Amino acid sequence: MSASAIAAAVRSGQTSARYTLEEHLEAIDSCDGELHAFLSVLDERARAEAAEIDRRVAAGEDPGPLAGVPVAVKDNLCTRGVATTCASRILEGWLPPYDATVVKRLRGAGAVIVGKTNLDEFAMGSSTENSAFGPTRNPHDPRRVPGGSSGGSAAAVAAGLVPLALGSDTGGSIRQPAALCGVVGMKPTYGTVSRYGLVAFASSLDQVGPFARTVADAAVLFEVIGGHDPCDSTSLDRPAPLCTSRLDEGVTAMRVGVVSELLDGVDRAVAKRVHEAADALAAAGASVEECSVPEVRYALPAYYLLAPAEASSNLARYDGVRYGLRVGASDAESMNSASRAAGFGAEVKRRIMLGTYALSAGYYDAYYGQAQKVRTLIIGAFARAYEHADVLLGATTPTTAFELGSKVDDPLSMYLSDVCTVPSNLSGHPAMTVPFGTDDLGLPVGVQVLAPALEETTMFRAAAVLEAAAPAASLPRICSPSMSGQTSPGSSER
Amino acid sequence: MSQNTEAHGARLTREDAAYVARLARIDLTEEELDLYAGQLAAVLDHAAQVAALATSGVEPTAHPLPLRNVLRDDEVRPSLDSEEVLAQAPLAEDGRFRVPPILGEAP
Repeated sequence: MSASAIAAAVRSGQTSARYTLEEHLEAIDSCDGELHAFLSVLDERARAEAAEIDRRVAAGEDPGPLAGVPVAVKDNLCTRGVATTCASRILEGWLPPYDATVVKRLRGAGAVIVGKTNLDEFAMGSSTENSAFGPTRNPHDPRRVPGGSSGGSAAAVAAGLVPLALGSDTGGSIRQPAALCGVVGMKPTYGTVSRYGLVAFASSLDQVGPFARTVADAAVLFEVIGGHDPCDSTSLDRPAPLCTSRLDEGVTAMRVGVVSELLDGVDRAVAKRVHEAADALAAAGASVEECSVPEVRYALPAYYLLAPAEASSNLARYDGVRYGLRVGASDAESMNSASRAAGFGAEVKRRIMLGTYALSAGYYDAYYGQAQKVRTLIIGAFARAYEHADVLLGATTPTTAFELGSKVDDPLSMYLSDVCTVPSNLSGHPAMTVPFGTDDLGLPVGVQVLAPALEETTMFRAAAVLEAAAPAASLPRICSPSMSGQTSPGSSER
Repeated sequence: MSQNTEAHGARLTREDAAYVARLARIDLTEEELDLYAGQLAAVLDHAAQVAALATSGVEPTAHPLPLRNVLRDDEVRPSLDSEEVLAQAPLAEDGRFRVPPILGEAP
């Protein structure tokens, strides 16, 4: 059942939030042993939240657009009094003293928070294998990764354990796992969703966004979490663009640019789906043209200087003083260094080292300063492309889901998974992925729609047309009983 | 650390890695130093294509939005509960975080 359908049924009294929650908790119970999408399941708290929703409906109140909808939250979003680990040993057992703004907004809209989802440690990774608490599996093939860093949220939604989840996207951490798991994932315009209570990775790139099984559900969740927040000084002082009410407007006369650089080096099966998606938009009335945004080629190397540089500064706070792990030592500096050595995993150490190096004396101009200039070039290149296009189209990921362990020993090959998603983080523009068929193995393929800043409305309209035209998807191998009971025209044994 | 300021062509050495680890306050084992020196060098080689780009006259972008100072009215408001915050500290004493000696003075 979609989130919108659940909310409608709960609001009208057709079903209860408690009943809906129990169904989803049972699905988590039966699937998550194999999937490992969740780091914690908040059953007792969720039951109390659901009971409160039911009480309000019975009293004639309207709990909001997500009334009784079970939602999962990536475990780098603070939940007051509930463990928030960032999948790191250094924060194991930490209980945040406040809720992230997006968490408050979820509750304010009537959502029931069922659990915290797995991620690459501090959101650094593209496979969820960097979690200190073990990897998440792809519901379509448990030998394969769900993508990352928000792999737990993507897998939970794909497997039908929750209709909605929140993730964060610094270089593709929502869109890449959404594509690999066959769900909708969206990174909003920088500044439209509050970062207050999102544990910082790279502050000029981080943005919270929705995972959903349908474009319409993603739009509902985006509208709930979006809008100005005085607690985040980078939050735009304006409401988030409205998307739900304009989803059905179609793409007649919309100008679509298919970006050749977002197909360079992309697997044939994925590129084929992107071309089919472009054809679908053309058939629906859009004017589709190939275009080139050459500077996009430099986005990945620039990103892997800028993001680690910001991370090395942001993660300086884990020093064993105010929260998290402390390893005892006779002086403060040794305590800092020993705590960080014991608490951080390999990828986090690598990125902190890389960022520290890029910012260090003698290298700052050549690496960090130069990457910032490349960021300017990329923003300019997008601005030129949008003179001729309303939205851009490309692959979300260069490949479909890869096997666990296949890239862990070669960081650079793992980083290349983000090649199609990082440009939008550098520019601050919105982008989303829509499932669009499968490859020859039956693994999901995602098509990416990119739009200029604050043009989410247009982006969602294109996404809705793609969703309606998408080839049949295959049913996940690991999924909730309610999902496997449905007949899916495209489901077949691999 | 080598004094080569040309990014492309510079090769991150094991000594560089040790120096960076110290700056970043992370104790690394000998094995980790060997591993990271090689892996970081590979990533920096990839980054060299950025370092080699002609960018004279291009302004750097630190942030996707034009940042401005955000001020609020200077009035007393509730803040985080200090007991709740200190309860999360590895060590606390008299309403403060307790740490080992910083400049060698007695604790």
